[in-house]
Amino acid sequence: MSERTTVPADAGPVPERERRRDPLVRMTALARPRVGRFALGVLLGSVATGSGLALLGLAAWMLATAADHPPITALGAAVVATRALGVGRGVSRYLERLVTHDAAFRTLAEVRVRVYERLAATEPFGRFRSGDLVSRLVNDTEATLDLLVRGLTPPLVSVVTGGTAVLVLAVVYLPGGLLLAGGLLLAGLAVPLAAAALGRGPGRRQARVRGELSTALVDTLHGAPDLVAYGAMERQVERVNAADAELTRVARADSALLGLGAGASALVTGLTVWGALFLGVVAVAGGSLDAVSLAVVVLTTLAAFEIVAPLPAVAARLGAIRASGARLFGVLDTPAAVAPPTRTGLDAGEDATVRIRGLRVRYGPGEPWALDGVDLEIPAGWTVAVIGPSGAGKSTLASVLLRFRDPDGGRVEVGGRDVTEYPPDEVRAVVSGVPQDPHVFASTLRENLRLARPGARDGELWEALRRARLADDVAAMPRGLDTQVGTHGLGLSGGMVQRLALARAVLAAPRVLVLDEPTAHLDPDTRDAVVADLLAAAEGYSTLLVTHDLTGLDRVDRIYVMREGRVLQQGTHEELSRQEGWYRDVTRA
Amino acid sequence: MTASVPGGAPAWILGAPPGAAAPVHDPARRVPPTRPDHTREVPAPMKPLDPRLVRTADAVRVHLAVSVASGVLITGLVLAQAWLLARAISGAWRGEGMDTLGWVVGAVAGIAVLRALLSYLAETSALHSAARTKSQLRRRLVAHVTGSGRVWTAEPGDGGEQGPPRAGELVTLATRGLDALDDYFARYLPQLVLAAIVPVAVLTVVFWADWISGVVILVTVPLIPVFMALIGMHTQQRTERQWRLLSRLGGHFLDVVEGLPTLAVFRRARAQAALLRTVGDEHRRATMGTLRVAFLSAFALELLSTLAVALVAVEVGLRLLGGHMDYQTALLVLILAPEAYLPLREVGARFHASMEGVAAADQVFAELERVRAGSPGAAPPATGRPSPAAGGDIRFEGVELLYPGRDVPALSGVDLSVAAGEHLLLTGPSGAGKSTLLSLLLRLNEPTRGRISVRAPGGEWEPLEGIAAEDWRLGVAWVPQNPYLFDVSVADNIRLGAPGASLERVREAARLAEADAFVSALPDGYGTRLGERGARLSAGQRQRIALARAMCRDAPLVLLDEPTAHLDPENAAAVRTAVARLLRGRTAVIVAHDAGWARKTFGADLRTASLALPTAEGSLPR
Repeated sequence: MSERTTVPADAGPVPERERRRDPLVRMTALARPRVGRFALGVLLGSVATGSGLALLGLAAWMLATAADHPPITALGAAVVATRALGVGRGVSRYLERLVTHDAAFRTLAEVRVRVYERLAATEPFGRFRSGDLVSRLVNDTEATLDLLVRGLTPPLVSVVTGGTAVLVLAVVYLPGGLLLAGGLLLAGLAVPLAAAALGRGPGRRQARVRGELSTALVDTLHGAPDLVAYGAMERQVERVNAADAELTRVARADSALLGLGAGASALVTGLTVWGALFLGVVAVAGGSLDAVSLAVVVLTTLAAFEIVAPLPAVAARLGAIRASGARLFGVLDTPAAVAPPTRTGLDAGEDATVRIRGLRVRYGPGEPWALDGVDLEIPAGWTVAVIGPSGAGKSTLASVLLRFRDPDGGRVEVGGRDVTEYPPDEVRAVVSGVPQDPHVFASTLRENLRLARPGARDGELWEALRRARLADDVAAMPRGLDTQVGTHGLGLSGGMVQRLALARAVLAAPRVLVLDEPTAHLDPDTRDAVVADLLAAAEGYSTLLVTHDLTGLDRVDRIYVMREGRVLQQGTHEELSRQEGWYRDVTRA
Repeated sequence: MTASVPGGAPAWILGAPPGAAAPVHDPARRVPPTRPDHTREVPAPMKPLDPRLVRTADAVRVHLAVSVASGVLITGLVLAQAWLLARAISGAWRGEGMDTLGWVVGAVAGIAVLRALLSYLAETSALHSAARTKSQLRRRLVAHVTGSGRVWTAEPGDGGEQGPPRAGELVTLATRGLDALDDYFARYLPQLVLAAIVPVAVLTVVFWADWISGVVILVTVPLIPVFMALIGMHTQQRTERQWRLLSRLGGHFLDVVEGLPTLAVFRRARAQAALLRTVGDEHRRATMGTLRVAFLSAFALELLSTLAVALVAVEVGLRLLGGHMDYQTALLVLILAPEAYLPLREVGARFHASMEGVAAADQVFAELERVRAGSPGAAPPATGRPSPAAGGDIRFEGVELLYPGRDVPALSGVDLSVAAGEHLLLTGPSGAGKSTLLSLLLRLNEPTRGRISVRAPGGEWEPLEGIAAEDWRLGVAWVPQNPYLFDVSVADNIRLGAPGASLERVREAARLAEADAFVSALPDGYGTRLGERGARLSAGQRQRIALARAMCRDAPLVLLDEPTAHLDPENAAAVRTAVARLLRGRTAVIVAHDAGWARKTFGADLRTASLALPTAEGSLPR
């Protein structure tokens, strides 16, 4: 089924043919299960728009007929129908809105699940480093809603009602019908598309200048202390104002171009009405059209442009929605970073020693090696630290151990088993810990902890908090474990977030604990305390501590110094302090 | 009280009922990241025309005048077109041909062209005005924010390394946020003007033509705003109740996606899908509950306007049949009746899209109205000459700094002195206010209690606040923990504090700061643009540019804030060499976390002062 291949929920690859399809088509395909509801929405919308149009046409017929003073019975049906149309329009519009929104929200809920399942299956975490990217991905998912409610329904309603109006009018007076068809096509299709195309140039021009302005503003606001300290704020504000003046100049120059769409729509509408009037008056004078039909044709034409009124906004919006779709599928089409498992049932045995041999990883063909032949061993129960400057490959090592990605060469063994042969989740039952920038969910402390062990009793939670030295802080909170931590754990201090993540790792009780930069973003004093607590809590685990920070290294069993993807030095703190080299230079600095 | 969810997944969002959130334990200490707004689905009610907007931006007044003028013209054209159409149709019915109706039909074409021209001009002028208004608001915002002292009073050492709070939001607001005003200007305001003019004009003409139809319209038109207001008020109450729930449910997806790596580590990733489905359904139900009511106002509008037209049509038709009215008048009334309601409907339809612009303007005004925080402006005007006192002695006596809205001061009871030419090492635990003390010496803040005095060589003690901050800073060079590099050339970054410096002087400063070698290796040397936040350079290189900046400033007082923290050995060594050169012959205050390490770095001739954690008691009057 094609709605399945649009975004496979599993880790399978997306077929080439599917990837080449227009993002708008693929987004629409996501809504396929709700096609019935959307069709109902379009139908109701057409009834609503059609009622308004029919009301005016019928009223015109009624007046033109009444002008000849026929018996009152001639108008009876029209009077009833007019009143019905008057009510029907409002009611069907209301229902249409409810039906389409309901369908769109149902679809959105499903699309979210589909997107999520795909992300959970392929784990494209390399792209997750920028928080901005993730929030954009989420917004792009929500763009599906925009497409369905505002991008698809209005054009479909226009097609149905416009087609009906043209047909009816053509039956009454063929030239009038053809004229209306032309007018509607121009005003509903040609003008919006042309306006959207004309708008692209100014859009690009303004985006470039706006970029300048935004850079200057970022500099001003983020660099404010430096600017003030060096007395340079006034000059900087002048730079902002210059960029602002340029943007205003470009925008004003472009406004002449952007106004064309509005003018063209009005012109097409006015001239079509005029054409209908002209043809009709000539035809009535020539005897080929009766006066009643003239009134119907002219007034229907006058009202008919309401059908296409929403379309320019749709055309302008579709570009942004398509861009959202392209970004969304760009992430979703990413194949899984981990190859399918070749065996299951990982049993790490008694001895959870980690043995890494000749490990090589790179982030793409032609890219430099992030890890270039790394040998490393964590004997069971040992704490091993991997240190080195940023870019040394430390975190890549952690991500291989956590099965976020496959190695490009070498072996990674835990308890003698090659973990790359097993499904990630089986490996993570054995190897777990604190990933880089651990996420705190906007919920209670209890739920954030139980994530690591669903169904854990409060006693177990408190024990984990004690080991992470967070128990006293939590006990001091009025609501204890029921405390809401806020979005991103903003209600907690940086040190508390790291301790919470550590408590979570302890609760998961893996055999091997991986701690990836647990002290990043902490100030020096908190850092010392957190490292001390980490090392105490890691007692009894095989632990890999990845850090760029040098505190507490005298307490670990072994230190690996990495640089540019290779192990530069290894040994205990005492050994390395005696050796000449990087470690001694840094610690003595 | 934990809600259980199918599949046994932990119920993040369902863990506590809305409103049960515990008070946050600790004041938010980390800078909130800029987040997309998931709550846009239910915009807060807003005034249709913000008087502050009209007052502030003269472009708005111009635009309003243009809109009214074109509104009047458009109204005239609408009325004329209706009359001409009625005349032509009834004329043809009476048997008149093109010989008598020719001018009428021709005039319809003329009106079409005029209306097109008018729409074009109105739209163009609206976009013009929007561009000018945005510029005016933006400049006021920038002037206010940079002049208020607010942006740099982000408490240093208090997570301040992430940049001042909300700076990112301000940038978004000043660019993309204000762009939403385009729609407001081009689509909404002109329609609002029409909604005020057209119904009145149509009503007048209809009354003149046929007073009975006039009464029908007169009764129904005012009902529309009344009904909308009533329903709107009801919706608002409901919406506010749903608000928390909606935004929590809406944010849940982002929360789960952001936390996916964490979920994966604990093998909970797949289990969350079921919960996501539940929350999605709940979100839909809650949203639809709100929308069912929210759409009622549009329903009332649509129902009333269409029903009124139907009533007019029937009533006019019956009187025409009875011979109490002529055909042309009946047609005129029928054509005009919908026009009385159309602008109101359009305003309603465009309301929500345009309100984003109003919301942005609203945020700008909120920002503009924020009280100037921080420094009292008692200092004398700047002379533009460096204060000689910067090269002299400095004395702190019982200095305290309490940020507005805080209970515990950032710094309290500080007594210390720095002699001219002396190098003072400032140590103390995190939160003791080491960086805050530097901000006082930079005059980014003024003490809330106590006194800082300075004495120029051979001069008398004088209060620091008696010297214009600009003049004082001319004698100060500052190297922060995370120096900010601007997206301009390397040379301009180095001469930040000495705008007139020649390239020679810039090079010399860079050479002394051990930066000349790597700068020369950049594609355009000193002319290379550094990219956002100096993205081209490593942390150590950025630090050396900042040192070159301080060299170039050539000030007698140097303030250093942990300049070699987090550097690898090669960079740390280069920075050390540069710092040693910078400190030679200058007074210096150095903040460091680790005194032993700093001593090795900065040489042995350091005097150490240790700051203790500030206490609320310390702020009591002594």
